[in-house]
Amino acid sequence: MSDKINLKIDNIAVSIKSGATILEAAKKVNIRIPTLCYHEDLCVAGNCRVCVVEQVGSDRLLPACAMPVNEGMEINTNSMKVRNARKQIVELLVSEHRADCTRCYKNGKCELQELSSEYIVGENGFIDLVAHKGYTIDNFSPSIIKDDSKCIRCQRCVRTCDQLQSISALTVAHKGEHMKVSSFFDKPMFEVVCTNCGQCVNRCPTGALTEKTYLDEVWSALNSDTKHTVVQTAPAVRIALGEALGMPPGEIVTGKMVSALRRLGFNSVLDTDFTADLTIIEEGNELLQRLKKVVKEKDDSVKLPLTTSCSPGWVKFIEHAFPELLPNVSTAKSPQQMFGALVKTFYAKKIEVKPENIVSVSIMPCTAKKYEADRPEMRSSGFKDVDYVLTTRELALMIKQAGIDFASLPDDEYDSIMGESSGAAVIFGATGGVMEAALRTAYEVVTGREVPFDGLNILPVRGMENIRAVSIKIENVLPEWDFLEGVELKTCVAHGLSNAKQVMEAVRDGKADYHFIEIMACPGGCLGGGGQPIPTSPAIRKKRSEAIYNEDELKPIRKSHENPEVIHLYEEFLKEPLGEVSHQLLHTHYTERNRY
Amino acid sequence: MKKNLQRLDLIFKNEHDSEAILKKTFGRTDDDVINDLISSGLKGRGGAGFPTGLKWKLAAETQSDEKFVICNADEGEPGTFKDREILSSVPHKVLSGMAVCAKIIGAKKGYIYLRSEYNFLKPQLLRVIDEFHDLFDSLNLDFRVEIFMGSGAYICGEESALFESMEGKRGEPRNKPPFPTDSGYKNKPTVINNVETLAHTYSILKYGADKFKDLGIQDSRGSKVFSVSGDTPAPGIYELEFGMSLQKFVDDFGDGDSKAVQVGGASGFCVPRKRFNKTVIGYQGKLRGTSLPTGGSMMIFNSSRSMYNVLHNYLDFFVEESCGQCTPCRVGTQQLLLGIQAVKKGEQPSSYLNKLLDLAEAMRVTAKCGLGQSVANSFSSIVENFKEEMIY
Repeated sequence: MSDKINLKIDNIAVSIKSGATILEAAKKVNIRIPTLCYHEDLCVAGNCRVCVVEQVGSDRLLPACAMPVNEGMEINTNSMKVRNARKQIVELLVSEHRADCTRCYKNGKCELQELSSEYIVGENGFIDLVAHKGYTIDNFSPSIIKDDSKCIRCQRCVRTCDQLQSISALTVAHKGEHMKVSSFFDKPMFEVVCTNCGQCVNRCPTGALTEKTYLDEVWSALNSDTKHTVVQTAPAVRIALGEALGMPPGEIVTGKMVSALRRLGFNSVLDTDFTADLTIIEEGNELLQRLKKVVKEKDDSVKLPLTTSCSPGWVKFIEHAFPELLPNVSTAKSPQQMFGALVKTFYAKKIEVKPENIVSVSIMPCTAKKYEADRPEMRSSGFKDVDYVLTTRELALMIKQAGIDFASLPDDEYDSIMGESSGAAVIFGATGGVMEAALRTAYEVVTGREVPFDGLNILPVRGMENIRAVSIKIENVLPEWDFLEGVELKTCVAHGLSNAKQVMEAVRDGKADYHFIEIMACPGGCLGGGGQPIPTSPAIRKKRSEAIYNEDELKPIRKSHENPEVIHLYEEFLKEPLGEVSHQLLHTHYTERNRY
Repeated sequence: MKKNLQRLDLIFKNEHDSEAILKKTFGRTDDDVINDLISSGLKGRGGAGFPTGLKWKLAAETQSDEKFVICNADEGEPGTFKDREILSSVPHKVLSGMAVCAKIIGAKKGYIYLRSEYNFLKPQLLRVIDEFHDLFDSLNLDFRVEIFMGSGAYICGEESALFESMEGKRGEPRNKPPFPTDSGYKNKPTVINNVETLAHTYSILKYGADKFKDLGIQDSRGSKVFSVSGDTPAPGIYELEFGMSLQKFVDDFGDGDSKAVQVGGASGFCVPRKRFNKTVIGYQGKLRGTSLPTGGSMMIFNSSRSMYNVLHNYLDFFVEESCGQCTPCRVGTQQLLLGIQAVKKGEQPSSYLNKLLDLAEAMRVTAKCGLGQSVANSFSSIVENFKEEMIY
C-alpha cells in the first residue's frame, strides 16, 4: 500500500502508483482532461497549459500532465476557475493560429479545432496575432510542408525530432513573441538534416506540419485516357488504412483496399510486397556475398555489418550522420524503388505499354518515400521510376472523395504479375520484419533447411524493444557454404533513429561485431510510419503489429525465395541475384550530406 | 536623504572577518547553523521569499553523490541594481555564505551565475574567489567556485531556467516539482540563493539570529536592500528595515509629487497615491493592510508620468522576455500589449480592459513560471488604478 497514492478527482476516489500524474489518475477513472502538448510517445513538456486543473486549497492551477499526484489531493477538473482559464488558453492559441479552417488540410482532424469547438471560441476572442506577423510557408521539401502560421508552439515536433529521432532538424528559436519552431539558421526543411520521416507530422496537433500531397496529380492521371496507371501498396498500409476510414486499429483491410484502388480507376493494382520479397533475395545474397568475402577470402575492402536500406528516412539519416559508414549500407534499393524500376521496364513490356505512358503511383505509410522517389538516382528505367507517392492518409482521403463506402467493399485480389507476395514480405511493415524475412531465406540458402524456429516465427527479432540483438548459430551447412559452418550470425534490429544512432555509434567505434543490422527510421517500423493514420501511440502500434503477423500467418507462402512470381522474374528477366540487370535496376548508391 | 527613515548598515558594513566566521561556523553542528538560519526568519531576497534555512535543510537532507550551491547574480528585474553593488563592495560576504551552505549540504562545487551586463565585475570577483579557494584549503573545505556568465535573457534569472542555461540548453523554466533542492543543476540537489540572501547569512552567522530577527516585522525579518529609481531626488541603493509604510518611503524618497510607486519592478505591483498609507513593504503574511513583497526595486512616478506609457513599457519588456514556451505567457503578454494599444486607439471599447483583466488573472493562475504568473501584478494594479489613463 505504501507506494499507492490516494486522491480524489471530481469527488471520485482514485488510488494510483506513486509518481503518476494527475492526468494518468484521471484517465484511470475515465475523466478526460483535454491536452495539446502532451503526447504518449514523448516526454512531458507542460507547455500548452490546456490541461490545468484546480487543487482544492491552492490558488494557482496545476498542469495535470506534469503534476505528480500527492496523498489526499482533491482535484477539480471542471470548476469555474478551470473552465475560465482553459477557455482563455484555447482562445489565446486560436489567436496565434491562422484559423482558416475550411481551407486547411487538417480540417476536421485538428486538435485545436476540436478544442475550440468544445469551448466555443466565438467571435469575441482576442486580437488576431497572425495578421501582425509575416509568416512564410516552407513547401520546398518533397515530403513535408511547414506552415508556421498554424503552429501553436506545443513543441511536440521538436520533442519528436530530438527524443525519438535524435535529429533535431526542428528546434526552438528565439524567445517571447518571436519564439518559433525553426531549423538550422531557419533554412528550409529540404536543406537541413531533416530525414523526411514525418514523425513530426504524425504528432502535430494542427496543420503546421503536414505531408505534401500529390492527390491532384494522381487524380488527373487516373482521369487521363492516354495514361496507364499502376499502383503499388506497401506492406504496412493494409493494416492501418482502416483506421483512417473509421475502423479500429489492427484491422487487416488488404482485400478492401485492392477493391477500392480498382474503383478509383487504377489500371494495374500491384503489391510492393512483391518487391519486398525481391529485396530479400537481392539483399540476402549481398549479405552472403559479403560474408564470403570477409570470412572466406579475408577481403577487408568489404564492409560488415551490412545494414538494411529500405527505410529512406534511415538512409538519409546515415548520409548526414555517419557518412563514413555508407559502405555498410546495402546497395539494394527499397522495395518501392525496385518496384518503380521494374514497372517501367519489365512490366511495361509485359503489358505492352510504353513506359512514358505509365504513371507509377505508390501508397506508402511514409513521408520519406516521397523524397526517395525524387532522388536523382531513382531513374533507372530512364524515367522517374515512381511518379507519385501517396501516404496511407492520402489514400483514405481519395477513397472518401470518391464516395466509396470502404467498410462494405468486397475483398479483391491483386493483379498478376507483381501482385504475389509471401508472408515474409508482409512483415517488412514491422520492426524486425526485414530481419526475419532475410533470415528465413538466408538460413535456408546456406543450410538447405528451414530456420530452426517454430512455424518460421523468429520471435526474438520481433517486439517493440528499442534495440534487439539476436544471434543464430549456423550449423550443418551445404558444401558451398562450408566457410560459414559453426559461425554465430550476429544480428541487430533497431527502430526509431535515436536507437539507430546508438547502434551505429557502437559500430563506428568498433564496439559492435554484428553481421547484419535492420534499421527502420520510425518507431515500430513502417507500421508507425510518418504517413500512417493519426493518432499514433504505443497501443495503436501494437495492434498494427499484431495484424501484420496475423497476415503473415495467413499467407500460404511464408518465404521470399518461394514467391513464384519472383522466381519467374529471375528466370525470365533478371537471370540471377546481383546480376547485371539487378545492378542496373535494383541497386543504388548513396551520398554524403551536410551535418546541419 | 532625510530624517526619519533609518538607514541600516549591515550588508555594506566594511568588515573582513570571513576566516573567523567560517572557522566559528564550521565548529558548530550543521543542525545548529540551520536552526539559526531558520529562526532568523531570513527569506529569499530575489523576491519570491522562500525561507532560506528551510531551503538549505531540504538540500542537506536529500541524498546525492553530487550537490551544488549557486549564487543567482542574474539581477534582471527592471529597476533592480542592488546585487551589482553587493558583489562590487562585499563579495566576500556572498562567498562566505556559499561556503557555509556548501559545507552544510555537502556540495563541492559552487557557481555564481553572473548577469552578462555585469561582465565588468568578473576580474575582481575572480580575484576574491582565488583568495577564498586558499581559505577553503586552509579550512579543509573541499569547495570550488566558478563564475558562469549569463547571456542576457531575463528568464534565466528564474532558477530552473538558469539551470537549463548552465547546462547549455535554451533558458526555459522547468516543471515544478521537482524543486531545485531535489533536482536542480544537472538534476542534482541544488541550493540557489540570491546574492543578497547569501550576504545576509554572513551577518546572521556573525551577529546571531536574534539580532537579525530584531529587525523588520512579523513575517518579514531583517533588512532589505532597495534600488530606488524614478522621480526621486535621491536615486540609489539603500538598506532599510522591512515593514515600513509606503507613505513613509515616499515622504523620504519622493519629489513631493509622487503619484505611484512600482514596488518590485515590472513583475511587481503599482501602488497609487491613495494607497501609500495602507501599504507596507514586506512579504505577504499576517500583516495589517496590504503588504507587498519585493526584490527591492522601487520606482517612483510623479504626476508628469503617463501610467499608460509605464504599463506599455513593462509589457514591451515581457513580450520580449517571455521564454515563449507556455501559452498564457507567450500569447497572453502579446494580447495584453495589443489590447491596451487597441483600447487607447479606440479600436476596442473600454470594456475590453475587463477582458484583459480576466486574461491577466488567467495568466496568473496558469503560467508555468513566475514570469507569466506575475505579469498580472503590474498589469492589473496599473489598469485598475489608472483606468482613465488607459482609455483617454
